[in-house]
Amino acid sequence: MISFRLNKVSVAFEAEPGTPLLWVLREHFDLKGTKFGCGIGQCGACTVHVNGGAQRSCVTQVAAVEGQNVTTIEGLAPADDSLHPVQQAWLSHDVPQCGYCQAGQIMAAADFLKRFPRPSDQDIDQHISNVCRCGTYVRIRKAIHHAAQLIASES
Amino acid sequence: MSRASNTQIGRRQFLVAGAGVSGSLVLGLPFAVSLAAEPSAAQTSQQRTLGFFIEIDRTGLVTIGSNQPEIGQGVRTALPMLVAEELDIEWQNVRVTQMPLGIVKTADGFTWKYGGQGVGGSTGLTSNWEFMRQVGAQARAQLMLAAAQRWNVPVAQCGTRPGYVVHQGGQRELSYAELVGSAALLQLPEQSAPLKAATDYRIIGKPRHSIDNRDVVTGKAVYGIDSTIPGVHYAAIARSPILNGRVKSFDDKQVLKMPGVVQVLRIEGPKPGEWYRILADGVAVVANSTWAALQARDALRIEWSESPNASDSSEAFWQENRRMLKGKGQVVLDDGDVDAALSNAETHVVHQYQVPFVSHAPLEPQNCIVHVKENSAHVIAPTQMPSGASRAVAAVTGIARENIFVEMTKVGGGFGRRLSNDYVAEAAMISKQSGLPIKLQWSREDDIRNDFYRPAGLHEMRAGLDAQGRVVAWSQRLASASKYFRRPNMPDEDLWKAELYIDDFPRRRIENVRMEYFHNRIGLPRGSWRAPAHTANAFVVQSFIDEIAHDTGQDPLQLRLELLGKAEPLEYSNHGGPTFNPGRLSKLLTFVAEKIDYGRARKKGSGVGLAAHFTFGGYAAHAIEVSVSQSGELQIERIVAAIDCGLAVNPQSVKAQLEGGTIDGISTALGLEITVKDGQVQQSNFHDYPLMRIEQVPARFEAHILPYDDMPTGVGEMGIPSAAPALTNAIFAASGQRIRTLPIKDQLKKARRA
Ligand code: FES
Ligand code: FES
Repeated sequence: MISFRLNKVSVAFEAEPGTPLLWVLREHFDLKGTKFGCGIGQCGACTVHVNGGAQRSCVTQVAAVEGQNVTTIEGLAPADDSLHPVQQAWLSHDVPQCGYCQAGQIMAAADFLKRFPRPSDQDIDQHISNVCRCGTYVRIRKAIHHAAQLIASES
Repeated sequence: MSRASNTQIGRRQFLVAGAGVSGSLVLGLPFAVSLAAEPSAAQTSQQRTLGFFIEIDRTGLVTIGSNQPEIGQGVRTALPMLVAEELDIEWQNVRVTQMPLGIVKTADGFTWKYGGQGVGGSTGLTSNWEFMRQVGAQARAQLMLAAAQRWNVPVAQCGTRPGYVVHQGGQRELSYAELVGSAALLQLPEQSAPLKAATDYRIIGKPRHSIDNRDVVTGKAVYGIDSTIPGVHYAAIARSPILNGRVKSFDDKQVLKMPGVVQVLRIEGPKPGEWYRILADGVAVVANSTWAALQARDALRIEWSESPNASDSSEAFWQENRRMLKGKGQVVLDDGDVDAALSNAETHVVHQYQVPFVSHAPLEPQNCIVHVKENSAHVIAPTQMPSGASRAVAAVTGIARENIFVEMTKVGGGFGRRLSNDYVAEAAMISKQSGLPIKLQWSREDDIRNDFYRPAGLHEMRAGLDAQGRVVAWSQRLASASKYFRRPNMPDEDLWKAELYIDDFPRRRIENVRMEYFHNRIGLPRGSWRAPAHTANAFVVQSFIDEIAHDTGQDPLQLRLELLGKAEPLEYSNHGGPTFNPGRLSKLLTFVAEKIDYGRARKKGSGVGLAAHFTFGGYAAHAIEVSVSQSGELQIERIVAAIDCGLAVNPQSVKAQLEGGTIDGISTALGLEITVKDGQVQQSNFHDYPLMRIEQVPARFEAHILPYDDMPTGVGEMGIPSAAPALTNAIFAASGQRIRTLPIKDQLKKARRA
């Protein structure tokens, strides 16, 4: 049995320890915001936070998060009816098109902004590698800069 | 709210549906569609719905049904905007619900219940432009009538302000929420309601954010892959890795012992040459989780039989195209006398261009839920063509179409891939055989290796110029793999129609124009890929004009403007017609050229490229600035894109589509190609099918809308075709290297090393 904390709640998973965290989240815990895009760590649609750091859950075995803190898009905002600054910025810039990649983009950006609170365009180029098939990159870039400002003004 | 409930169809004003072929651009538009049910005896004043599309709750919140699939193009926001405009309500009070497929059986065949449904060819908005405004206007008329009866005054004395019917300019008023119960009981007026003048629009034409985005950013939006039904079982299929290969035998003993595995089933694919109901022959695994199904699928031992395409390869494909171009093909357009004009010409320019096969790769891999019961079926599908889904399930199961209930989900990208419902047919086959409610899941590898690929082709372009440098003869000879290959009832002599749009520019601007087609029968399935043949033809035509300009010492912008000529409607019989106005392209070209400061001299290694194209009724142009280093490193410095889509219903999403289309065009031109060796697709996932990432997209990126008139065109595909040639023209301006083969990949670096 694998025990971990999922969006601040203690949970346990009994089946195959080699199952990717992605499928455990989606089908066992019914948290479907985390998406399947490639299954090989290429696209980032499945990005979650493990102990606050972005991780691609399709290539993370559930056994690897034993005792860790896992956060998904559903648990990113501080409270149910509130939004994380990255989510707010995404709304202000109307980033999503089909929207399928966006939970992963937001999780990646939220972690990135912890490490680069005032990022340059170059920082974004080097550290944001999530794929968006709809090509929302222009707005993702603007929204990341905007989110950085929101976070700075909050603290 | 259940809109699919057993409401009676009131008036028989429907187009008989079912004629449209899945995957084609024929969407079966409603010529005339009933907007609402007639009130039935069972209805009471508790009822809060007006027709099929509108529900008003006690607090005045209005839920509007969206009848089209949302694939990221923004119809779920734009269509309700049309209703809200005419209904006269505040946009912030609008909620949107997705309507299922509505088809009804009549004596004459099937009819649409909620108007024609299906999105392709950028028609989602235009084909519903009149219809959805009429939905709003008729509901408003009903509400006014209800108020007039309540006040006992002539309806002519009533008007509305957002959310209220007012009497004589505001003497008294009643809210829609108060009126909806009695309005719901009224007969709809026979004649259609008057529509607003464009100058009175409050909602149409104002930028609105996508109605779903709060759900998207919080992870609550439900896509096909997130859907489920009671008792669901999960399935994955091992498909023949070789084109047209078949299962010879398989061993499932080990697999059946794997945890979670329930059943292993044979899936019959089409025979070589047959139409693709599904893409390949294979073996399916049914399990109690998606992961278990995928794992077990990979563990299956299957022996595949010989295939007639076992030696197909990209190399042989291109060789065959080159060989064919040496001969004579099918002349599909012959204006004037091209041979005479060429022999009299002062200068000749001849070049060949090569455009590869590409895959759609929507980010949500194909998936579908189907539960086949005894005499009915339930389908939940991310699809662009729900009526095709219904036909697919009917064909596979024999269940009558009126007993197949098709729900549409939000779709994680379409790009033309989900015009085909092959994955729906597969899920239906598995559910039928197993008797279980099935959720079929494709992996990314399944998706890249099994697709209706965008056709590849080799274009030979030839122009003749007179002594003044005017183009007097133009010929395009194309050897390609037609998209119409293996379509049912498709004669060979019509295969070219999917690849050459004869009315495209520069026809009617040059006196002598010829198009010639050669068909290559490689075994790869092909289909519609966002802006289908426009992507290849815009690249070829816009590159070639650039080359003519350079080869004859003319300015590329000036030559383009001269060829486009004056603003006037030209006859255009292909999709997007009936007319094409080259003046609208000139205006866009001039605009983007000015914005990017086209005339300014650039430093060595930098340059600007331009291109413009007319796509399915909409116009777009690109100006792109790049730099190419000594070692061949390409940097896109700046992109200016502009679109003329007539009236932009939601400018916010028009810009989004222009940005996304541009990036799609550039991403594909930079690095995407599907190749075949030994009858097998060689790419499998994003490591070898590398979609563009943010690092390649310049921060300096502008998207502009140039308004034209009061009629909207579609916008989903217009942003792509001119992006790639603007990029390769810029590369030439910066480096002197002409890209004639896509994708660009490392051609620049290779040329430097050589
Ligand atoms: S699904 Fe995990 S990186 Fe693509
Ligand atoms: S919004 Fe569609 S993949 Fe990113």
